[in-house]
Amino acid sequence: MGEPRIIEAEGITKVYRAGRNEVPALRGVDLIVAPGEMVAIMGASGSGKSTLMNIIGGLDAPTEGSYRLNGTRVDGLDRARMADIRNREIGFVFQGFNLLARTSALENVELPLLYDRSGRRRDTRRLAREALAQVGLADRADHGPSELSGGQQQRVAIARALITEPALILADEPTGNLDSRTSVEVLALFQELNDQGITILLVTHEADLARYARRLVALRDGLVVRDEAVPDRRRAAADLAAMPELQEAG
Amino acid sequence: MRSGNLLKIAARSIARNKMRSLLTMLGIVIGVAAVIVMVAVGDGAQTRIREQIDNLGTNMIVITPGSSSAGGVNRGAGSFNRLTLDDAEALERESLLLTAVSPVIFTHGQIIGGQGNWRAPIMGVDTDYAVIRDWPVSAGRWFDQEDVRAKRKVALIGATIAEELYAGTDPVGQRIQLRNVPFTIVGVLAEKGQTAEGSDQDDVVLAPYTTVQTRLAGRSFIGQILASTSAPEQIEAAQADVRLIMRDSHALGDWEEDDFTVRNQTELAEAAQGTTEVMTLLLAAIASISLLVGGIGIMNIMLVSVTERTREIGIRMAIGARGGDILTQFLVESTVMSLLGGFIGVATGYLGSALLGRITGWDTAILPHTVAVALLFSAGVGIFFGFYPARKAAALNPIEALRHE
Ligand SMILES: Nc1ncnc2c1ncn2[C@@H]1O[C@H](COP(=O)(O)OP(=O)(O)OP(=O)(O)O)[C@@H](O)[C@H]1O
Ligand SMILES: [Mg+2]
Repeated sequence: MGEPRIIEAEGITKVYRAGRNEVPALRGVDLIVAPGEMVAIMGASGSGKSTLMNIIGGLDAPTEGSYRLNGTRVDGLDRARMADIRNREIGFVFQGFNLLARTSALENVELPLLYDRSGRRRDTRRLAREALAQVGLADRADHGPSELSGGQQQRVAIARALITEPALILADEPTGNLDSRTSVEVLALFQELNDQGITILLVTHEADLARYARRLVALRDGLVVRDEAVPDRRRAAADLAAMPELQEAG
Repeated sequence: MRSGNLLKIAARSIARNKMRSLLTMLGIVIGVAAVIVMVAVGDGAQTRIREQIDNLGTNMIVITPGSSSAGGVNRGAGSFNRLTLDDAEALERESLLLTAVSPVIFTHGQIIGGQGNWRAPIMGVDTDYAVIRDWPVSAGRWFDQEDVRAKRKVALIGATIAEELYAGTDPVGQRIQLRNVPFTIVGVLAEKGQTAEGSDQDDVVLAPYTTVQTRLAGRSFIGQILASTSAPEQIEAAQADVRLIMRDSHALGDWEEDDFTVRNQTELAEAAQGTTEVMTLLLAAIASISLLVGGIGIMNIMLVSVTERTREIGIRMAIGARGGDILTQFLVESTVMSLLGGFIGVATGYLGSALLGRITGWDTAILPHTVAVALLFSAGVGIFFGFYPARKAAALNPIEALRHE
């Protein structure tokens, strides 16, 4: 087996069929991620970042290639198995937060546990409260998404991703809708989680934010063109402390 | 997902669009209410008819003029006076199975006596009529064979007439004018209630057929001959017997059809039930059409709901909901909605049949199993018509669903 791998993708291709046209979004991506890594994925718009994240997250199947998650072969599984894997192994954080409207933060965070099939009997409410506390929103448990700021909504979404204790968190442009300070706050939270051993993959357009990751992968036209360790990794918490409190959003 | 959570999600989604949900339920409400009323009325009418048929008398056979075979019971019946007193006498004389026979001469007219005047049917009958119709007197006495033979001007009045003309007094022994002919009231008939068609059986005057024929002639005729057997097992044989005697009495050749109709109590009951069957059928049609329309309404709203909530479906799928979870969620929602409609329908139907029961005087009791069947049915409609939208939701691609809007 060799060293442990959480993501082991080889020769991943993805071809979208749009009417008569075939759009190759991924053209043979190899990606191996070890537990505990924090990887930033960068690339121009349309380079295939979201497509890759969807495949890694089990939301979509590759056209070709093999993909193992935690040693389990994922490609070729049926829809129900994929759903179970998403529930147990993966936490998603989206650019648009994707919280259920008119549903309290607590209930949003609790939701993944309601689809849990392990049969464990747990106090889902208590776990949801703990997850909310972990992202610093214990006092907003009963607020709906419309009563929360963007940054708070994203933290609720992160709490929801955390609650099933996944090995992997996938975040596709998690700061795309946030101002720069809030973005750094979210990255600080990711770094904190990563320090606790959770593997994180995040897509970002901003080179500044990629410097909080441990490793940088760059895509161009569906191919990995760069894959290297981040040389001078920054600590988001330290940057936040250095930032003046009332800085105008960049 | 636990069922409690599913119910909560369904309830929340229904409550979020109260007006829309209510309108959607309307079809189910009407359908279920119609079913409830239908069954209640059907049951009530059935009981009523059975009571009334039993009320007609015991082991009764009715002979009416006219053929029943030539296209419809009514064709010619009553239009020719083809029953005669000779027929009645022949039946009495020749049949061994009949224990009672009575001709019935129908007429009607002005009745003067007691506190005023009145119009009512007057029937000339034999003493056996009391046995056949199981109709005793509540006061006084029945007229007897001697009264019949001597063509005495004696009469029995029904409870309604006693009430109308002799309220507060004892009519027995008093004089009464039937079409200007003075009669003496010898008895008051026991109360018998309404017929299946709703006419008042107690609004009648009975007199010896001999007297009616001679004194109240004119448009009187023998409308029917009633007879009865001692036991129900003998009815069929007696009917065959009657037919032979009647054919003989009418001197019909082998090639000729019967010019009379012989029916027993059960056959009469079947004829009476025909009317309620039409009503039941109508309500059944309303019920099934409303349930169908209600079902389609639910399907429509659920399809709208699936489209509106595509993003929600995508979110649920992304965090681990299986297609089956989504299917169940939407099925529960449509079923809860139609069940709710069913409950409202049961309540409406209950009120409706109580009202109808009051109007018609029928006993429209609602049986618990009717309610159970109605609720089961509405749940079934919810599941059936909710299935297609639910399956559509379950089959959504999570990525496309997330990207929706
Ligand atoms: N459902 C789809 N059908 C057809 N083509 C698609 C579909 N989804 C993505 N594509 C195409 O695949 C390519 C990669 O898209 P993808 O969304 O992965 O890009 P991206 O790197 O995430 O871009 P961005 O930074 O704008 O989010 C693009 O050319 C896009 O047009
Ligand atoms: Mg993208």
